[in-house]
Amino acid sequence: MAAYRCSSAAVLVILCSSWVFLVSNSQGTTQAGDHHATAADSPQTAEQTGEQLASEERWEATEVQKAIIDDTESNNPGASAPEIPASVTQPKDDFQEELVIRPLHSGDVYASFQFRTLWETDFMRGNKVSHYRLFPKSLGQVISKFSVRELHISFTQGYWRTMQWGQPFLPSPPGAELWVWFQDSVTDVDGIWKELTNVLSGIFCASLNFIDSTNTVQPSASFKPLGVGNGTAGLAVLLKSEKLFHSSFHSQAVHIRPVCQDWECKTTSWELRQTLNVVFDLHTSGQGKREWSLFKMFSRTLTEACPLASSSKIYIDITDNPQGEQFELSPAPSLLSQAVVMGDRRTFSVYDLTQQVTFGTVRSLNLLIRWRSSDGDMLRPLLHAERYVAGYGLQTGEIHTLMYNNHPYRSFPVLLLDSVPWYLRLYIHTLTVNSKGKDNKPSYIHYQPSKDRVRPHLLEMLVQLPPNSVTEVTVQFERALLKWTEYTPDPNHGFYVGFPCKEESSYFVRIYTEPLLVNLPTPDFSMPYNVICLTCTVVAVGYGSLYNLLTRSFQIEEPSPGLAKRIANIIRKMRGVPPL
Amino acid sequence: MAAPLTVLLIVAVTIRAALFRSSLAELIAERVEVVSPITAWKRVVEGLALLDLGVSPYSGDVFHETPLIIYAFHFLVDYAEITFMLADVITAVALYMTVKDYNKQVFRKQKFALEADRYPHDCLELIRSPRKMYYIPLKVAMFYLLNPFTILSCVAKSTCGLNNSVIALFILSTIKGNVLLSAIFLSLATYQSIYPLTLCAPAVLYLMQHQYIPVNFRRVSFWWFIVQYAFMYLGSLFVIISLSFFLLGSWDYLPSVYGFILSVPDLTPNIGLFWYFFAEMFEHFRLFFLCVFQINVFFYTIPLSIKLKEHPVFLIFMQLAVISIFKSYPTVGDIALYMAFLPVWNHLHRFLRNIFLVSCVLLACSALFPVLWHLWIYAGSANSNFYYAITLLFNVAQILLVSDYFYAFLRREHHLTYGLYLKRKDGSEATLILK
Repeated sequence: MAAYRCSSAAVLVILCSSWVFLVSNSQGTTQAGDHHATAADSPQTAEQTGEQLASEERWEATEVQKAIIDDTESNNPGASAPEIPASVTQPKDDFQEELVIRPLHSGDVYASFQFRTLWETDFMRGNKVSHYRLFPKSLGQVISKFSVRELHISFTQGYWRTMQWGQPFLPSPPGAELWVWFQDSVTDVDGIWKELTNVLSGIFCASLNFIDSTNTVQPSASFKPLGVGNGTAGLAVLLKSEKLFHSSFHSQAVHIRPVCQDWECKTTSWELRQTLNVVFDLHTSGQGKREWSLFKMFSRTLTEACPLASSSKIYIDITDNPQGEQFELSPAPSLLSQAVVMGDRRTFSVYDLTQQVTFGTVRSLNLLIRWRSSDGDMLRPLLHAERYVAGYGLQTGEIHTLMYNNHPYRSFPVLLLDSVPWYLRLYIHTLTVNSKGKDNKPSYIHYQPSKDRVRPHLLEMLVQLPPNSVTEVTVQFERALLKWTEYTPDPNHGFYVGFPCKEESSYFVRIYTEPLLVNLPTPDFSMPYNVICLTCTVVAVGYGSLYNLLTRSFQIEEPSPGLAKRIANIIRKMRGVPPL
Repeated sequence: MAAPLTVLLIVAVTIRAALFRSSLAELIAERVEVVSPITAWKRVVEGLALLDLGVSPYSGDVFHETPLIIYAFHFLVDYAEITFMLADVITAVALYMTVKDYNKQVFRKQKFALEADRYPHDCLELIRSPRKMYYIPLKVAMFYLLNPFTILSCVAKSTCGLNNSVIALFILSTIKGNVLLSAIFLSLATYQSIYPLTLCAPAVLYLMQHQYIPVNFRRVSFWWFIVQYAFMYLGSLFVIISLSFFLLGSWDYLPSVYGFILSVPDLTPNIGLFWYFFAEMFEHFRLFFLCVFQINVFFYTIPLSIKLKEHPVFLIFMQLAVISIFKSYPTVGDIALYMAFLPVWNHLHRFLRNIFLVSCVLLACSALFPVLWHLWIYAGSANSNFYYAITLLFNVAQILLVSDYFYAFLRREHHLTYGLYLKRKDGSEATLILK
């Protein structure tokens, strides 16, 4: 479990300095911009051709297709421009739902629900917001009480297999993650943070209150505020818990952030995104048949869109299936859409639930994917990372973080954030960064050493990943012996150590690695009394023998009188007669 | 005498240089018996790395050495091996000169006493001859330089070796009667690791003896000397601490160095009594026991000073032993320092009661430390209790060794006053007991 938070006031300067690095990497940024521009242009042309052909498949308009692109684009102000007129005309609060389904090469199915609520209100103003309609009141109160600028929380079970599944739409680390930006008006970040985690643990029924200073870091450069952006939503009908938790990976998250309403960003509205990402194991639920349907997965079919939703859509990623040779969709999609996700141009089939025609004559939508061939190229993710602990024994060890750049000719600047708990004492002088067998000196390093029982190590590095390479970051650590009460209930299982996370700056991607399981030396938990007694005995032996020699003096031993004589003397003493 | 000492130094340096070059050096530097969280070289290098990154070395909990050490190694880091060998050589030479001087004084005193006919007549066999005392200084240097504990400590580049040389220089300047240098080195040693503070009592006693100032609370000269010494000691301590402040620009190092020594937050196993005790301690008793254990080091100073006020050098030995047993992060280097004094007391051997047992236990424990560590940490077939049991036994053996020497010393003094072959009132042979 790990958490992040920043005080915006405190890190502003450092942020600026990190931007300098990003600018110096402008080659990457412009390339991404170009890339995006072409992606945005092509749908237009595709739309025309689609109309010309007058076939059933139609290309969707540019504004709407942006909806599924998550914050990858949002850093680029130009990219979010087409959406802005849409949000101006929106009502005071607005709800959109989306389900994105991506058939994965492994045969699994990735389903990403997104429920997006937009609300034009200002929590920060003096007058209290008391009327809530679509926006949950509990979260709204949290925002206004704690002066939150942005809040991101995720709960994840399972590990996202980047190599097999590609990049997730919204990356999240295993376990729980909470990161918050506070308003500049907040002075006591630590105090507020503690209160906020306690409140959130009540709202989400999770032990978030265990997020304290020992596992919290204030990054200097990473986890920048996402700021202005856009988002997605799905179909609560399908959320059936016994099905959802019976999956290889599921991650639920809540993201709250302010969104601009116009070009100058004078007024902002609040955006709440609740997402749920699930990977279904096709082989366990499909009884060996390579076939997938909404009903099989969720035990439900769709009959209508959410009446409150202004937009309700299902997207199916068919990028790898342009001619339908991999799998077959039924009912056949009526609408196509293209979007740039993580720097990749993807093609989607769109089902708009707000239109009755989608449900057909049976008045229910049961999407079906039938695989035709099981082979096919797996699209290897451009960037991915993994890590492990090397070394044996319980005294020392070495953390290896491997970062892969599979791009054939482009190098990427990557910001690596690593937060290691204090009981693994890192030795920063053993830090090495190697790519292609050569030393790869990071251009920016921010390191904050740990304080025992107070705060973890924080390491942030800006590393340039050369094209088609593996970059290995190693750092040695020492395992600490803890107090017996500081161990987890099953100490010999080991301690989960948070993930480092990498951020790629030119088109923003956040990648998490798997958590590490590290064993620590343990004392014997059954014998605190024995240890206290034995150690005190040794100290007493020292004290006793010195005390003996210090206070007594040498004397000649006189033979002690016999027992009978001593008793006689005692009696004589009582009688007042001189002793024998 | 200079030739054998030179040969000894060459041998010692050769051994160390050979070990530095061997693959063993890395292994030794990781041993918890040899390096503590304060003295580990790895942590000093980490401190330097943090300094290079522009982070205060004291902002984290890895580096706990004093600012002077880190700034010294800022320049000396490339010559670290030579520095540590030099420190050992300085310690050995200082101890050699100390003991040589001390022996001269012992002999002179003994001569006066003999001339004054102060010894009982049957005590002639307790009288020490210069011939027997001739090789003692060399033996002391040898005990220090060739002690495996010292060698390990030096090869691991434990900063304990530097502390030892400061203490040795303090003892030398005290024996030479140089009040100012004695105070300066004592403050330096205190600055390095609080505990040598207790050595001020023997230093004051010795220097007063040297200047023929009677130890009498009613005399002005006694108090005047104490004030002088305290002024010099505190003055130099103040200078050193302010110097560290100006080097670092903050007071961060005070809690990180001295708070760390006193509050024992790091429970890395070592040969001392603290680590397992405080790992297993109930939280609400922690502070109480922390106080009890820390007071233990300082507690014996006053009674020992009263008992041994005529024999400040033996008092120094006792204090060093008490410090190395009861300090919070002891290493074998600390033990090596007081063990170097054992040849000085070889005239006490006839009164030692259990030296054979104690030396066997010390040897066995030294061999068992790495074995049980391996079983616990690497093989996983033993647990922490095994290692803890050996530290207990090792400390009991050290306590017995020290108290045995103390007993023998007191007994010899008693014999020198009352005669060697004591008789009972009825004329039969008597045995001495402590009452």
